[in-house]
Amino acid sequence: MHRRDLLKTVCVAGASALVGRNLCAQDGEPVGGGSEAMGVLVDTTMCLGCRACEQACAEANGMPPPEDEVDLFEERTTSPSRLTVVNAYQTEKGRVTVKRQCMHCLQPACGAACLTAAMKKTPGGAVIWREDKCMGCRFCMISCPFDVPKFEFDSPNPQIRKCDMCFGRLQEGEEPACVANCPTGALTFGRRTDLLEEARRRIYAEPDRYVHHIYGEHEVGGTSFLYLAPVPFEQLGFPTHLATTPYPTYAREFLYAVPLVLTVVPPFLLAMAKARRDELVDESEEHRIE
Amino acid sequence: MNTRAAHATQMGTEFRRFVGFLICELKPKGRMLTPFNAITSSLMAVGAVLLTIRFTQGLGSITNLDQRFPWGLWIGFDVITGVAFAGGAYVLTFMVYILGQEKYRPIVRATVLNGFLAYVFYAGALLLDLGRPWKVINPIIGNSFGVSSVLFLVAWHFLLYMTAEFVEFSPAVAEWLGWRRVRRALGGLTLGAVIFGITLSTLHQSGLGALYLMARDKIHPLWYSEFIPFLFLVSSVFAGLSLVIFEGSITHRVFHHRVGARLRRSHDDILVGLARICAGTMFVYLFMATLVLAHGRHWSLLSTGWGLWYLLEVVGLVAVPAGLFLFASRRRNLALVRGAAAMTLAGILLNRLNVSVIAFKWYAPNHYVPSWEEVVVSLAVVSAELWVFRWVVNRMPVLAAAGEAGRGKGAERELQLVA
Repeated sequence: MHRRDLLKTVCVAGASALVGRNLCAQDGEPVGGGSEAMGVLVDTTMCLGCRACEQACAEANGMPPPEDEVDLFEERTTSPSRLTVVNAYQTEKGRVTVKRQCMHCLQPACGAACLTAAMKKTPGGAVIWREDKCMGCRFCMISCPFDVPKFEFDSPNPQIRKCDMCFGRLQEGEEPACVANCPTGALTFGRRTDLLEEARRRIYAEPDRYVHHIYGEHEVGGTSFLYLAPVPFEQLGFPTHLATTPYPTYAREFLYAVPLVLTVVPPFLLAMAKARRDELVDESEEHRIE
Repeated sequence: MNTRAAHATQMGTEFRRFVGFLICELKPKGRMLTPFNAITSSLMAVGAVLLTIRFTQGLGSITNLDQRFPWGLWIGFDVITGVAFAGGAYVLTFMVYILGQEKYRPIVRATVLNGFLAYVFYAGALLLDLGRPWKVINPIIGNSFGVSSVLFLVAWHFLLYMTAEFVEFSPAVAEWLGWRRVRRALGGLTLGAVIFGITLSTLHQSGLGALYLMARDKIHPLWYSEFIPFLFLVSSVFAGLSLVIFEGSITHRVFHHRVGARLRRSHDDILVGLARICAGTMFVYLFMATLVLAHGRHWSLLSTGWGLWYLLEVVGLVAVPAGLFLFASRRRNLALVRGAAAMTLAGILLNRLNVSVIAFKWYAPNHYVPSWEEVVVSLAVVSAELWVFRWVVNRMPVLAAAGEAGRGKGAERELQLVA
């Protein structure tokens, strides 16, 4: 009898310990999109494709300088040693150049995927990666809707590399290196709420210059990088099938089932086992009998 | 060696005898040069060399993984498929300890052992795939809890479930060592471990599917749905039981001398019963798969190439073996039961690989294909597991109850091994 009670207590205690942990899993966490969160507005109509941002990014992050001559029309992706790239697209309004990097989602999939909280949305807006926590499972790469995190497959001590919005510079009150070095003003750093206002103002002021869509305002629940473009975004290589649902939401329902299962199933199983307790000979005795 | 007084006085000799017993048991038994040993040991040797390269030069040195395909065969086969195959342990312990279906008791130990080793080796294979395995302790201790991660849940559950399964199996270890008092205490923990283990299993079997919930735009719509966790859970029931049938049939032959009279008597009945349960859960799975297909309105995709691939998996390797299981159990045709089990295992393998590898980024040009090194390392992991399984089955009362087969140290040594 005592054993059963102990068992029950252990089950319930164990379950509730895990419950406590899992209940705080998703909801109620700040989305990092508070009014103080910063972001970057990329106005592709003002971008010339000079790649000064690539140069500045490589310098700021201690990476090899970008290649001198590249065909911008050949789509390049970011890599462990290249955290931002500029690509060119031939569109109905001619050549459009687009800088790409981490979008810094308000509710990042990589952050929800990370089991060590190495990927983290900071209150300031940047999604950062922390070396001391990461165990290199690469679940962030599986989950990211933009395929941004990159892994050093050729290193015995690999890191996940991606744009961190120059987190170090932000903490010292500076702008991200790419913004500070953009010669045309295509990049604007500021509070995300202000950037949205500015983006709308530009669209209303020159309705023919822009498509009436701010990419990143609603995509995957909103991103800290916002884009303006002269043509629909599918012509610029952006994923346009993404819904407005924040990615962590997709796993949330499953995580909600966890505490439910952990609290309901053990007592249920115990009750079932007890219900036929009369037939239940002590397992050890039974082996002896046989 | 029975009374406490004797223990106190003979501690020294007792301890020496115990060490001697362990050393004796650690030695291999039976013929060393068999085809099985030759193949598996060379796989493990090559695997060890490959892993040395991998840990000194990075994952890219021996795998075909790249930035687009961060997870390959080691996750898709070793972890995702291996854990599904290990599902038999929680299903059987549920049937025996909770529902009291005593008929299945003789195969519980082998199944739990198999499940435990599968988790140790296949979840352990995760370490080979981790880029920074020395940080693996982070989600367990310290202040690095990624509580909103499905993988956090799965990692914790693997750890806890391994513990639960070890507790479930521990009476066999105690019997082997002749520790009666410990054996009694451990036996008392079994029900608790079983209940805990079943609960954990329902969550992490489905959790492995939930890993892919955030990859919604990367998996072909025929395999992606918000119901992946349910489908993974239900299919783990017949995946696990099919492996029990399949593995049981082989074990029964290879370790014939270790099989107790009770299991020998009831083996056929057990297989027929398992076949019936498999058929039942497979029809449930098919019903759910059809609902998911209808819910997603993906009927038109069935006429594409991917649709045929999907039909091969769901009709060819689930519906057909389900029918075969039913037919074979009616006729008590054991060969057919084994055949259906093999087909079912192939279907599960295909399903798990489809979700995790094949239909993942199905749109990408130059899709990931595992390198031969990845395949060899995977097979080396399986080989290592089989070696440990064989070692345990040959020494501990797994296929027979404690008093049944020749468990004594002397009797055992005379046995000639097949494999």
